[in-house]
Amino acid sequence: MTMPYYASAEQVMRDRSEYARKGISRGRSVVVLTYSGGVLLIAENPSSTLHKVGEIYDRIGFAAVGRYSEFESLRVAGVRLADVRGYSYNRRDVTGRVVANAYAQTLGSIFTEQMKPFEVELCVAEVGATSEADQLYRLTFDGSVVDEPDFVVMGGQAEAVSAHLREHFRPGVELREALEVGVAALSAASASTQANGGEHTTLPAEQLEVAVLDRARPKRTFRRITGGALRTLLGPGAPEAPVSEAPASVAPATEDTPAPAAPTEPAPGTPPGLGDPGAPDTAGGVDPDPGTPA
Amino acid sequence: MSEQIAGRSGFTPAYLDRVGSSFTDFLGATAPDLLPGRRPLPAVSAADLAPHGTTIVAATYDGGVLMGGDRRATMGNLISSRDIEKVYAADSWSVIGIAGAAGIAIEMVRLYQVELEHYEKIEGMTLSLDGKANRLAAMIRGNLGAAMQGLAVVPLFAGYDLDAAEGARAGRIFSYDVTGGNYEERGYASVGSGSLFARGSLKKTWRPGLSAEAATRSLVEALYDAADDDSATGGPDAVRRLYPIVYRVDAEGAVRLSDTEVAEVAAAITADRSAGAENREA
Repeated sequence: MTMPYYASAEQVMRDRSEYARKGISRGRSVVVLTYSGGVLLIAENPSSTLHKVGEIYDRIGFAAVGRYSEFESLRVAGVRLADVRGYSYNRRDVTGRVVANAYAQTLGSIFTEQMKPFEVELCVAEVGATSEADQLYRLTFDGSVVDEPDFVVMGGQAEAVSAHLREHFRPGVELREALEVGVAALSAASASTQANGGEHTTLPAEQLEVAVLDRARPKRTFRRITGGALRTLLGPGAPEAPVSEAPASVAPATEDTPAPAAPTEPAPGTPPGLGDPGAPDTAGGVDPDPGTPA
Repeated sequence: MSEQIAGRSGFTPAYLDRVGSSFTDFLGATAPDLLPGRRPLPAVSAADLAPHGTTIVAATYDGGVLMGGDRRATMGNLISSRDIEKVYAADSWSVIGIAGAAGIAIEMVRLYQVELEHYEKIEGMTLSLDGKANRLAAMIRGNLGAAMQGLAVVPLFAGYDLDAAEGARAGRIFSYDVTGGNYEERGYASVGSGSLFARGSLKKTWRPGLSAEAATRSLVEALYDAADDDSATGGPDAVRRLYPIVYRVDAEGAVRLSDTEVAEVAAAITADRSAGAENREA
C-alpha cells in the first residue's frame, strides 16, 4: 500500500513555479517596447504561421512566450472577450486593463487549482492617444500582473535581453531606432546568432516576427511588418524596396468616421492587416510624406 | 456580462475552448441574449411599430462593384428618418446594404462586421467572399421568426473577390430572401420597397464593363427613379444636403464616396431631366 504523503503548500507552489520557469526558459525571447508612434512587438520566431504576436482589439496587442497551444488558447480567449465587450458596449470600452485582468485571473486559477501550470508568459500592450497613455502589462504563469514602463522582455534569455535593453533603450525614439535596439537586444542573447559562430551578428528578417500598434492609424492599429518592408526597416544592408503604404485593415464607417481610410495598393489575396510578404511597408517610420505623424 | 467574464476565475471554459472561429456561434454559446434572432417574439405583427429602411441598389463595373442606398426610413405612412444610413462597409473588401426593419438590420450589420473581424483575428486571414456571403445567409435565416412578425431584414451584399481567377469579374453581388436564401446576381441587383423601379432603371442604364463614373451615375439614377415612384424611398435632397450613400469596392478596398461627389452626380441627373422636360414642352 502506498502511503499518502504530505507536501507543504509552499513546496507545491515552488515546484510548479520551477516547472513553469523551466518550460518558458527553453523558448526564444520576445521584446515589446514603446516608440514615439506606438508600441513595437518583436519576437524571435522562425515560423511565419505560428505567431507569437497577435491582435486582440483596435488598440490592444498580444505577445507571448512558452508553450504555443497554451498561449494560443489564451490569445483566442482575449480576442473573444474583447469582441464580446466591444459588441455589447462600445469599441471604446475595450481596454487593455480588462483583458490583462482576465488573463491574470485565469492564469492565477490555473496555477493554484491544476496540477500543471501554464508554461507561458504574456504581454498585453495597449497604445494610447499619446505616448504617456501607452500601457504594457506583463503577465506571468502564476497570474501576477505588472504594469511596465517602456519595455517588456519575456522568454528564455529574458535576463540578458533586458540587461542589453536597459543599457541601450531610450524612450520616445522613432520606429527604425526602436526596432534596431530591440533586434540588437534579442540578437545579443539569441542562441541562433551565437551558434552561427559569428556568421551574422544580428538576427535576419526571416528569424523575426515584427508587428506594431501604430498610434496614427484609425480604428485597428495593429499591423504586421513582414518581408521586404521589414528588411528595409532593419538596415541599409538589406535590399531596398520601394516605399509605399501597406493595405489598411478593416475600417467600416462608424458615427464619427464617415469615410474610412482608403486602403491603398493591396496585393490581391492579402488579408487586411497582415501584409503580403513581398509588399513594402513603411509602418509609419520611413513614410515619404513628412506631414504624416510618425 | 461583465461578472461572467471578469469573475474570480477569469475566462469561463467556453472562452478557452479553441474550437470555432465564429463570433456568432460563440455568442450563441455564451450570451445568446445578445443575438438578434434568439429573442422571444410577441404573437402579433410589429410591422408598423418600427422604422423600415427601403431601397438598396448594387451594380458591378469594370474594376469592382458599387452599392448605394437612399436615406429614408418609414414607419407606416410617416417618414421616420431622412438621413438614415443603410449601406455599410462589412470589412475592407465588402459592403452590405440593408432593407427592412431598421433596428434589427443595423444590429445585424454590427454583428456581421464583428463576425468578419473576429474570424480574421483568430484565423489570421480573411474569409473568402463566398464564405462571407454564406455567413450572412445564416444570420438572415436566424431572423425568420421576426420576419414572420413583420420585422423582416433583407440585405444586399457585394464585395471584391481577391481570389477571383485572372480575367474573371472580381466585383460580385449577392442577394438574399427572408428565409436566408442566397443568390449570386449578375451585373446589378436591388432590394427594398423601391427595388422594382430601381431594377427597371438599372436595366436601361447599366451595361457590362461600365467605368466607375458611369456605373455611379447609373446607380444614383436608379435610386432617383425608385424615389420617383415609391413613397418610401427618398430622392436626393438638395435643401438638407442629403444624398444617397454610395460605396465603391475595388482592388484597393471599400471606400465611401464623399457627399460632394454624390451630390455632383445627383445634380447632373436632375439637370439632365429638367432639360429633357423643357425640350418636351418646347
